[in-house]
Amino acid sequence: MRHLTAPLTEADVLSMHAGEHVLLSGTVYTARDAAHLRMMECIAQGKPLPFDLEGQVIYYAGPTPTPEGKPVGSIGPTTSTRMDASTPTLLAHGLRGMIGKGQRSENVMRAMQEHPAVYFAAVGGAAALMAACVTSCEVIAWDDLGPESVKRLTLQELPLVVAADAYGKDAFTLGQAEYLNTIK
Amino acid sequence: MREIDAALITQTVARLCIEANRFLPEDVACALHQAEREEPFQPAKDLLELLGGNEKIARETQMPICQDTGMAIVFAEVGQDVHINGDFEEAVHAGVHRGYVDGLLRKSVVGDPLRRVNTGDNTPAIIHTRLVPGDQIRLTVAPKGFGSENMSRLKMLTPAQGVEGVKEFVLETVELAGANPCPPMVLGIGIGGDFERVAQMAKEALMLPLGEHNADPYYAALEEELLAMVNATGIGPQGLGGKTTCLGLRIVAGATHIAGLPVAVNVSCHVTRHKTAVL
Repeated sequence: MRHLTAPLTEADVLSMHAGEHVLLSGTVYTARDAAHLRMMECIAQGKPLPFDLEGQVIYYAGPTPTPEGKPVGSIGPTTSTRMDASTPTLLAHGLRGMIGKGQRSENVMRAMQEHPAVYFAAVGGAAALMAACVTSCEVIAWDDLGPESVKRLTLQELPLVVAADAYGKDAFTLGQAEYLNTIK
Repeated sequence: MREIDAALITQTVARLCIEANRFLPEDVACALHQAEREEPFQPAKDLLELLGGNEKIARETQMPICQDTGMAIVFAEVGQDVHINGDFEEAVHAGVHRGYVDGLLRKSVVGDPLRRVNTGDNTPAIIHTRLVPGDQIRLTVAPKGFGSENMSRLKMLTPAQGVEGVKEFVLETVELAGANPCPPMVLGIGIGGDFERVAQMAKEALMLPLGEHNADPYYAALEEELLAMVNATGIGPQGLGGKTTCLGLRIVAGATHIAGLPVAVNVSCHVTRHKTAVL
């Protein structure tokens, strides 16, 4: 299995293809619905974002509270399509990867080709298992949003599928067609 | 007349919130492990194995199975010979507060749908109460995640559309949901009633045991047919292709008006949780 470390380089992104299984380590940031709205406000008002987007990966996730003695609570992906409206803008500002679940809009797929980026699918609902792949978690912005605050995570080999690549291909269409071919 | 203290209701709801979020119901776990054995498409089988592993880790480490610990849906069947000492609904909300705070469950509720400030303790619960004969209270807590809830749909069909219309609507709903509700899904189908009752029937259908069928052979056959249709889409676990799109599908049907045929599809995921206690 291929190992990658975030933040990602453009070369990393261009070398990945839809359907590929990878293990991601390194630093990523959580942001979901409410944090995306605030990031868009920051951009509209010319204010700095909680972190520099260049080369970074956003994980669409809001973990459960951290139990004593553990780095993080259960942490699985939320549905990515709710972030589709903000994603092209964030990609234009340097965002290079996203982790979530479910399909993306055509606009997002196009923007991922214009500003090379990769979209990973994590295993939706496998949140207790994924907690074991997070070694640190720190709130860096908008604590008032509770589970929706922006957190910096250190990942250790989080299992992911390249769900959409920088060439406009997506693993959902490919996987479904491949399975249906096997039963023809 | 039997006396039940509101404090006991609070304590029970708190415990049910925590247990429901850590332990998958046996029938759902069973369906998941069976799907893992029977899935013919290797990438899908690997994903189902991860989901089975996750369920086991949650059980052993007392962690929530999914980070979306849901909105707390509480079904209460209150015996008419019970007298509750205290405020029933307040007691349920207090139980949700305690369960979500003490159980380190995620607080996923905003107090207002448009102004969206998190209430901080996952209250209020959604409470469905029925008055029944007897002197007991039966409480079911069903934490519902919104990745799948968002994919649920309701339609007022015409009587002429009949069972074919229902099949078409169910399939269309599943295809629109695609990878979003964390397939393999569990589907609750309501047919009949009126606008609000059909949605509630669909939710009730999600509480029914998987691996069993409707007592009415007509609806039992329809459950099987719909399940086969859904599993022929090829959506598969996580939408990445495979046989296992749906772990189980149950129907609750009821009387309706001569002019109508309401149908509701409540979409749920492989983490379909509910836990019951009788006081």
